[in-house]
Amino acid sequence: MADRITRAEVEHVAKLARLALSDDELAALTGELGAILDYAAEVSALDTHDVTPTAHPLPLVNVFRPDVARAGVPRDEVLAAAPAAEDDKFRVPRILGEAP
Amino acid sequence: MTAYETVIGLEVHAELATASKMFCGCPNEFGEEPNTNICPVCLGLPGSLPVLNEKAVEYALRVAEALHLHVPAESVFSRKNYFYPDMPKNYQTSQYDLPITCDGWLDVDGARIGVTRAHLEEDTGKSSHMGGATGRIHDADFSLVDYNRAGVPLLEIVSEPDIRSADQAKRYVEELRAALLAIGVSDVKMEEGSMRVDANVSVRPSGSNELGTRAEIKNLNSLRSLVHAIDYEAERQRGLVKGGESVVQETRHWDEAGGRTISGRSKEEAHDYRYFPEPDLVPVAPTEEMRAQVRASMPELPSEQRARLVRDWGIREEDARVIVAVPGLVTYAERAVAALKTGTAKDIANWVRQDVLAYLNETGLSPAVLSAEMLAELVDLVAAGTISRNQAKDVLDESLREEKWPRDIVEAKGLAQVSDESALAAAVDAFFAANAGFVDEYRAADDKAQKKKRGFAMGELMKSLQGKGNAQVLNKLLDERLS
Amino acid sequence: MSAREIAADVRAGRRKARDVLEEHLARVDAREADVHAFNLVLADAARAAADAVDRGENVGPLAGVPVALKDNMCTRGIATTCSSRILEGWRPPYDATVVERLRAAGAVVVGKTNLDEFAMGSSTENSAFGPTRNPHDLALVPGGSSGGSAAAVAAGFAPLALGSDTGGSIRQPAALCGVVGAKPTYGAVSRYGLIAFASSLDQIGPFAANVDDAALLLETIWGHDPCDSTSIAGSRASLGSGADVNGLRVGLIQEMIGSEGLEPAVRDAVRAAADALGAAGAKVDTVSLPSTQYGIAAYYLIAPAEASSNLARYDGVRYGLRVDGEDVSRMNAATRDAGFGREVKRRIMLGTYALSAGYYDAYYGQAQRVRTLIIRDFERAYEQFDVLLAPTSPTVAFEIGAKTADPLAMYLCDVCTVPVNLTGHPGMSVPFGTDAAGLPIGVQVIAPALGEPVMFRVARAIEEASP
Repeated sequence: MADRITRAEVEHVAKLARLALSDDELAALTGELGAILDYAAEVSALDTHDVTPTAHPLPLVNVFRPDVARAGVPRDEVLAAAPAAEDDKFRVPRILGEAP
Repeated sequence: MTAYETVIGLEVHAELATASKMFCGCPNEFGEEPNTNICPVCLGLPGSLPVLNEKAVEYALRVAEALHLHVPAESVFSRKNYFYPDMPKNYQTSQYDLPITCDGWLDVDGARIGVTRAHLEEDTGKSSHMGGATGRIHDADFSLVDYNRAGVPLLEIVSEPDIRSADQAKRYVEELRAALLAIGVSDVKMEEGSMRVDANVSVRPSGSNELGTRAEIKNLNSLRSLVHAIDYEAERQRGLVKGGESVVQETRHWDEAGGRTISGRSKEEAHDYRYFPEPDLVPVAPTEEMRAQVRASMPELPSEQRARLVRDWGIREEDARVIVAVPGLVTYAERAVAALKTGTAKDIANWVRQDVLAYLNETGLSPAVLSAEMLAELVDLVAAGTISRNQAKDVLDESLREEKWPRDIVEAKGLAQVSDESALAAAVDAFFAANAGFVDEYRAADDKAQKKKRGFAMGELMKSLQGKGNAQVLNKLLDERLS
Repeated sequence: MSAREIAADVRAGRRKARDVLEEHLARVDAREADVHAFNLVLADAARAAADAVDRGENVGPLAGVPVALKDNMCTRGIATTCSSRILEGWRPPYDATVVERLRAAGAVVVGKTNLDEFAMGSSTENSAFGPTRNPHDLALVPGGSSGGSAAAVAAGFAPLALGSDTGGSIRQPAALCGVVGAKPTYGAVSRYGLIAFASSLDQIGPFAANVDDAALLLETIWGHDPCDSTSIAGSRASLGSGADVNGLRVGLIQEMIGSEGLEPAVRDAVRAAADALGAAGAKVDTVSLPSTQYGIAAYYLIAPAEASSNLARYDGVRYGLRVDGEDVSRMNAATRDAGFGREVKRRIMLGTYALSAGYYDAYYGQAQRVRTLIIRDFERAYEQFDVLLAPTSPTVAFEIGAKTADPLAMYLCDVCTVPVNLTGHPGMSVPFGTDAAGLPIGVQVIAPALGEPVMFRVARAIEEASP
C-alpha cells in the first residue's frame, strides 16, 4: 500500500489543527490515518456525478430570530472560568501574526 | 516606455445597525465596558448554537436593491476555519460559495463599478496588544481580548476590480456610504469601525486585459489613508515591475506614520480556511414576499434622489450630489419647495447649495432644526422683487441665525425695494428733469463714456430712492428712455 | 419498578421522591466503584431536587424519577467535562434545553455519566477518567460513546438516562448492556447545550429498562427549541402506545444481516425477532440498501470533519485547560496536545485533512454525496416498508482492551447504526435475548423521519416477544 498520507502532510495538518504532536504521535498517526483514509476513500468508488451533497438532513429553511436585544451572561461568571484574565479581559500570550 | 494602469478592487465591511447581534440576542452597541455584551452563543461556549437575526437578512436584501444585486433562490452559511484569539470558536460563521447576494453594481460619477457580492458574516472580538511601546502586535508581550464585538452582524461588500484610481476608490466609498446611510442599514463610520475598507491593488500595462498580481492593503482608517495607500502601493508595484521584479501576492498594512505599506507576511503558512457549509444553520431562501416587503419599506436611494432633483428642479448633477449627500438636506429643500408661492425650485436649490449649506457646515447643525418655510418666504420675496439678491444674502443669514421670518427682517430694517414701475418711472422722470442735457449727451457719447454716464444715472437714482430702487426695473426704464 | 410507575406513585403521593432517590443512591454506593458509570454523582443536589418535588414543586410527568445525564450535556454550575482533560473542572453558566425540560418535569438528576471523550468511541475506553464496565460482566465494555448512561440504567442506578447518538452512541451501548436506547429523528430534540461532536449527526435520546419508559422520557424532552436552528417546528409528540403490528411491513436489511463480521448469535437473535413480528401479523421481508456498505466510510469523513471544526474552540483562551506557551499559537497547540486523548486527536487530524485544500472534493465533498445516495436507498425502501429491522451491534460486549489497538476495528462496531445517523431518521435498540454466555443482544428498529410512533410500536412487539 502506497503512502496514502505522508509524514510531511501529517505535520502540516497538525499545524492547521494546532496540535503539538510528539515525534512518536506523528509517526503513529501517519500509519493510522493512512489506514483509515484507505478505507474511507472507498467512497470514491461510487458514481456521484449527478448527486447533490447533503449538508443538512432536514428540509428546513429560513429559521430566524426577531431582532430583540436581551442581557447576556454576567461578566464575572464568564471571566471566572478564564485561565488568565486582566482588566476584565481575557489574557493571552503574545500573538505573532495579524488577523487574516 | 510602457505605461501602467492601476487596477483596484475594494472590500468593504459594514457593521449592520441591528438592535442585537447576528446569532444571539446580545445588544449590538458600541463602546460598552469590556466583556459585558456576551453570552454562551457569541462567546462560543461548548454546547451553544447560533440563530440568525431576521433584521440582518432584511438589511442584506435592502442592500441588494440599492446595489442592483441578484438574490439567488438559496444561500448558505459556511464556516471559515482558522485559529485567532479574538475568534471564540476559532471559526467565523460567514458565507462562501452561496452568498445571499451577488452580481450588482454602483454608479460612481458616470462609471459603473461592479459589485461581485455582498454577504453576511459575524464580526470578531477585539484584542489590545500590551507591554510594548507602540501598542502594535509586533512588540507586544501579551494581549487582552474583549468579546463585546464578537458576533456583531457584518455585511461584506466586494467590488469587481473595476476601479482605476485612488480618487475613484474614494468616490466609490463615498457613494457606497451614502447609499448604505440612505437605506438605514449601517451608520458607516470609518472612525468608529462600523465601516472598514481593504484595498486590493495591482498594476498592468495599459491596454492589457489580464490582471496583475495583487496585494491586499489593510488598516485603512480614513478616506485619506485609502487614497494615500493606493497611490503609494501603485507606485511601489510599478517600480517593481519596471525593474523586472514581480509583485508578491500578500497582505500589506498601511503605516500611517511612515506613509507606506508594509508586508504583513509572517513565517506562518498561508491560511487554508477549509470552508464547509455551517451545519448549525439552515439555508436562507428569500421569498418574493420578503423582497416585496423590503422594497416597500426602502427609503429612496441617493442616485434616485439625485436624478429626480436634476430632472424636476433643473439643477446640475454636481449640485444635486452635494445636496443629497447631507442627511436631511433634501427633505429640507423639498419642504421649502412645497411652501413656495412664486419662486422656483431651482432658486431654493441654489440657496440651499450655497448659503444654507455653508451655515450648516459652520455651525455643525442638522437641517432638521431649520425652518424650510422661512427659506421659501425669502425666495418668494426675491422673486417678487421686494429685495434684491444681494440684500437676500444678508436677510437669510439673519433669518438662519436668529430664526426670524425674512418678511419681519425686511420690514424691521426697511429693506423693501421699490419695484413699482410707476413709482420708479417718477424717479427717472425727476432725474431727467434735473439733468436736462443728459439724454442727448448720452446718445452722442462713445461706449466707454456711455457706461460711465449710465453708472452716474443709476447712482443718482439710487440715492434719490435711498438705495431701495429695484435695479432691474430701473435699468429697464433707463433702457427705454435712452435708446 | 418502571419510571412510569415511580412518577405515577410520586404524583399520587403514594411514594416520596426522596425515598425513591435513596433506593437508587444505595445501589450506586454498592456497585459504582466497580462499574464506574459516573464522572460525578450529584447526591446532595439530587436530594434537594427530590425534596422540592415532595414539597409539590415541578410535579410533572417525570416527578421524582432519577435520571442520569451523559457528561456532554451542560448543567449550570455543575462540572461538565465530556470525559476530557481539556474541560476538567469547567462549569457551564447555563443549562442545556433538555436539562431544563427534565427539571420542569420533576426529574431528579442523579449524576453526570462517563463517555468516550467528546463522544468519540464505541466502548467508553476513550474516557480520560477511566473506562466504564459492563454491569453484566465487569471485564467487558458497556459500548460507547454513552457507555456510562447505558451502564447506569443496566445497573439500576437510575431508571432513566440521557445519551447522545452521532454514529450509534446510544443504540450500541444499549444493545451491549441489555437496555432500550433510542435516537430520535434529527431535529426532534434540541441540541442546545449538547456539547457538539458532529453537528449534522448528533442527537440526544433516552435510555430505559423498557420501551414505554424510553417513550416517556423522549416525550418529555421532545419539541421545538428557538435556541436551536436545526430543531423541527412543532410541539411534543405523543409516541403512542400499544404493540399492534398487524399488517405492518417490516424490511430486514440484507447488507447488515448478511455482513461478515456479524456474530452468529446476533444474527440468530435478529432473525428470531423478525419471525416473532411475523407471527404477530407483520409482513416481513428482506430489503437491499447497497449504499449502506459505504456508511462507515462516509461517516468517518463527515463526522471527524465537523468535529475538527467544533473542537477548535478548545484552545486554552477562555475556559478549560491551559498549558502555557511562548506565544498564543504555541499555547494553543500545547494545550490541545495535553488536553485531548489519542482518539480525539486522531479524528481532529482526519477531519482537518478531509476538509483541507485539494482534498475537500475527494473526501468531505464525496462523503456528503454518498450520504445523499444512502438517503435515497432508505427512501426507496420506505416505499415498500413501514419499518426496517437490523442488528444494532455486530457483536455482543467485547473485552476491555480487545479493540483498542486498531482504530478501524473499533469503527466497524458502528456499521449497522451509522447509516441511520446519516439519513437523520430515527432508530432504536431493543434487548432480545442473550448469547450462550448470557451477554445481551439488541435488535435495531429503524423508521422514516418522524416515524417514532410506528417505531415504538414495533419495539414494544419485539419486547413482548423477547426470550
